[in-house]
Amino acid sequence: MALTDTLYNALFRRNSIFVSSIFVGAFGFGLAFDTATNRFWDNWNKGKQWKDIRDKYVTPAGADEE
Amino acid sequence: MFSRLSSRSLGASARYGSSPAGRVVAVRSVQLDAEKTSLSQARFASSKASTRASLSNNALPITFALISAGSIAWYTHLYGSIPFLPEASANTPAEDGLHPTHYPWSHSGILDTFDHSSIRRGYQVYREVCAACHSLDRIAWRNLVGVSHTADEVKEMAGEVEYEDGPDDAGEMFQRPGKLSDYMPRPYPNEEAARAGNAGALPPDLSLIIKARHGGCDYVFSLLTGYVDPPAGVEIREGMNYNPYFPGGAISMARLLFDGLVEYPDGTPATTSQMAKDVVTFLNWAAEPEHDSRKRIGMQACIILSALTAISLYVKRFKWAPIKSRKLLYTPPK
Repeated sequence: MALTDTLYNALFRRNSIFVSSIFVGAFGFGLAFDTATNRFWDNWNKGKQWKDIRDKYVTPAGADEE
Repeated sequence: MFSRLSSRSLGASARYGSSPAGRVVAVRSVQLDAEKTSLSQARFASSKASTRASLSNNALPITFALISAGSIAWYTHLYGSIPFLPEASANTPAEDGLHPTHYPWSHSGILDTFDHSSIRRGYQVYREVCAACHSLDRIAWRNLVGVSHTADEVKEMAGEVEYEDGPDDAGEMFQRPGKLSDYMPRPYPNEEAARAGNAGALPPDLSLIIKARHGGCDYVFSLLTGYVDPPAGVEIREGMNYNPYFPGGAISMARLLFDGLVEYPDGTPATTSQMAKDVVTFLNWAAEPEHDSRKRIGMQACIILSALTAISLYVKRFKWAPIKSRKLLYTPPK
């Protein structure tokens, strides 16, 4: 009961807070989900993507001034 | 008397209604809209209601008949012949071309991106070997940026090629060095010139070649590495070459990839199969530049959609549990 009471008082009591918590929650979930899946993706495809091999070819800034 | 009946069996028994009045009262209290409508129709059974009932009773066979007819039509449309019927063909299997071997491409898994080092080497093979005859019309220099080369490298490569531009203030066309937005230069100005330079055969544009050939990567790789001497009895005309993977066997393109033909700056040994693998990876990228992000977004979409499906299944069961487990009280008419 304590948990549901806390939830009710914190989130559901006022509609303004309820709606804004949905928006903030969606934003936070989107951020966390993208971070987690992209991290898995980069780990799975380690060494194959352009960002993994880019350092071998990029000329450091200022190197072509000489 | 308590009788625990599922709504379906209740509806069925009411349809053959032995005592309509009592049952209908019981069912009305269930408040199931769909069952209620079908039940009230069955109760006032007449000729009008019976046609509708036969349609709904035969829904399953009708659905399967429609699915079968649809899949036969789809097959006929796709392959040009009705399935399950014998067909006469004058072609031997050899004339249809050997089926290519399946190779374990580094990008063939559903979660695997292209190997971008391979794309970079493949571009080098395309530029030094294939580009002498084959165009790559749908790829611009800018497409290579962030895929296989840095912007500076691509600007330099594009600048080495002359493009016609204009008109200028005097209305004249002029030549200028290439920019990132220019498309890959063509080896021939038009199709006629390409045919004239290749004994009448047109070297196909390679932008979409992986998508455009049955077997995709496997076929192109097999073709590039599959040149052999023609077997006894097979006659190849002057200027043609024998390749068992090419339908018909006689192909205008000669074998071009030989060990050590190009020199890879990253030190990879340039064997025939290595060059073929790299150029096929490059061409697959050219045909599907969206490949990597498509697979990544597909993975994310599958996770989200399966979670949402699981949630809605749970909510459905949760909401229906009291309805499905409800006990009905039957009071027989006095």
